[in-house]
Amino acid sequence: MTDAGTVTPGAEDARVQSTEAPAPETGAVVMTLADVAVSFSGRTAVRDVTFDVHAGEVTALIGPSGSGKTTLLRALNRMHDTVRTAAVTGTVLLGDLDVYAPSTDATLLRSRVGMVFQRPNPFPTMSIYENAVAGLKFNGVRRKALLDEAAESALVAAALWDSVKDRMSAHASTLSGGEQQRLCIARALAVEPEVLLMDEPTSALDPIATKRIEELVVELKDRVTIIIVTHNMQQAMRVSDRCAFLLMGEDKAGELIEYGPTAQLFSEPTDPRTLDYVNGRFG
Amino acid sequence: MTVLVDLPADPTVERRRAVQAAAASSLRRRKLASTAALGVCWVFLAVAVVPLVAVVAYVVAKGLPAWNADFFTNSTVPEGIPGGGVWNAIVGTMVITGIAIVVTVPLGLLVGLFLAESEGRVAAALRFTADVMTGIPSITVGIFGYIAIVRNYGYSGFAGAFAIGFIMLPVIVRAGESAFRGVPTSLNEAALALGARKATIARRVVVPTALPGVITGVLLAVARGLGETAPLLLTIGGNQYLQWNPTKQMAALPTTIYNSSSQPYADQVQLAWGAALLLVVVVLVLSIGSRLLAARLRKERR
Repeated sequence: MTDAGTVTPGAEDARVQSTEAPAPETGAVVMTLADVAVSFSGRTAVRDVTFDVHAGEVTALIGPSGSGKTTLLRALNRMHDTVRTAAVTGTVLLGDLDVYAPSTDATLLRSRVGMVFQRPNPFPTMSIYENAVAGLKFNGVRRKALLDEAAESALVAAALWDSVKDRMSAHASTLSGGEQQRLCIARALAVEPEVLLMDEPTSALDPIATKRIEELVVELKDRVTIIIVTHNMQQAMRVSDRCAFLLMGEDKAGELIEYGPTAQLFSEPTDPRTLDYVNGRFG
Repeated sequence: MTVLVDLPADPTVERRRAVQAAAASSLRRRKLASTAALGVCWVFLAVAVVPLVAVVAYVVAKGLPAWNADFFTNSTVPEGIPGGGVWNAIVGTMVITGIAIVVTVPLGLLVGLFLAESEGRVAAALRFTADVMTGIPSITVGIFGYIAIVRNYGYSGFAGAFAIGFIMLPVIVRAGESAFRGVPTSLNEAALALGARKATIARRVVVPTALPGVITGVLLAVARGLGETAPLLLTIGGNQYLQWNPTKQMAALPTTIYNSSSQPYADQVQLAWGAALLLVVVVLVLSIGSRLLAARLRKERR
């Protein structure tokens, strides 16, 4: 079943990341954030973030510009590791794995927590197929059958298979913007992550392409837990099960104001600031 | 009646297991490859940096003893007379490079602006010419200066400035072009949409925005011109006395280094090392200074 053949050579490293990844039941907690804060050069960008991410659900991070949504999202798969001045404090758990523990390998973590970015960014030198399997190859998967199966499954899931199955060797740049973004989603899905982070994935797309991505997000819930950043409240309402509302505080640092089921957050929020925001009084 | 069905395993979960197992088992190999690649980078870095450091250290060690008050204030003297310096060469280099800067910087930047702002055959031809000029060996430039100017008007600082300017011009043109090109099109369009004309946009938007890059490029071109020797050997004629007048024969630091270092006398060789160190220091100050200045300009904008 595994392409790895014998798993023993890396067994010590494997201990860090459980290879036993049973499909968590819907509703189970897959990620735990406790007092998460991110600062750049000592200046806090977002802080006091505590909430649980539930399996098989879409969790939306909403809030006006500067409230730290993207910064928070990037903390969840250690993307801030590449920024020298960035520091993340607090606790992020993936299952029972401490994301920021010194023994946790960031590359292995990122193969379990995928990411889709604001602008479609398929690798320009690679074909559609090569893009779809890029993550698998980065992770050392070599078995052709597994690559093909994962690529097809991911492209089907990303609603792209029918339009690209006859031109898999074409360059990714021949696709439209919306198709490119769906290819990027397929590329992330092919690695079969447990959590998929989406950073305003429709902000560079037209309304029709946006609609298709939104439908996709809802369909993908069974396969992968999704955390999506959006500045569009209607989008959050349409796609998410739970919502975290962030707001820039007095000292320009983002804070978590309220977190709860989307329906509740939009209809009867407990914090007056949430009410003002969801009613469009600012932001 | 309930029928217990042995559900087939979820293919997604199956694949997840397979991918994570492959990722975990190949981690050691991937880390090793990564470390090895990084190691190779460090080795090559050392190979590139060690000779550089060695040259600078050697020039400092050999040249520093030559630096004294006489070195900076006196002109070169014949062998046997104490107290010789390179003041005449410093003056020559300042005058020659100064003339070259005054002529080539405005000219080169305007051509660079033209190349950045316009497409078409003229621009392509100019760009090609600039590239060819960059590639011309400096001794060829020297011969050109010798035939075109020295044979008609004799050796002079102007002839040297002409040759040095010839070396600097294409560098400034291309540096200017890339700096002006770096200005985002959106700024251009914003100005256009406000009703600005091309010349106004260039003056008020493009040039100020590109200034940090322009300054860096110009100072690097000056540094390049300062060290050129071959064009000067054939054009300035040399002068052991102090000469401020660029219509007359002049001395310059690179030619002084060239001439003195091939002398059989220790004093002269010492003088050459001192002049070499002076050139290195000036070029270093220009390079570092241009970068600091550009960094400060960029910071002010944010």
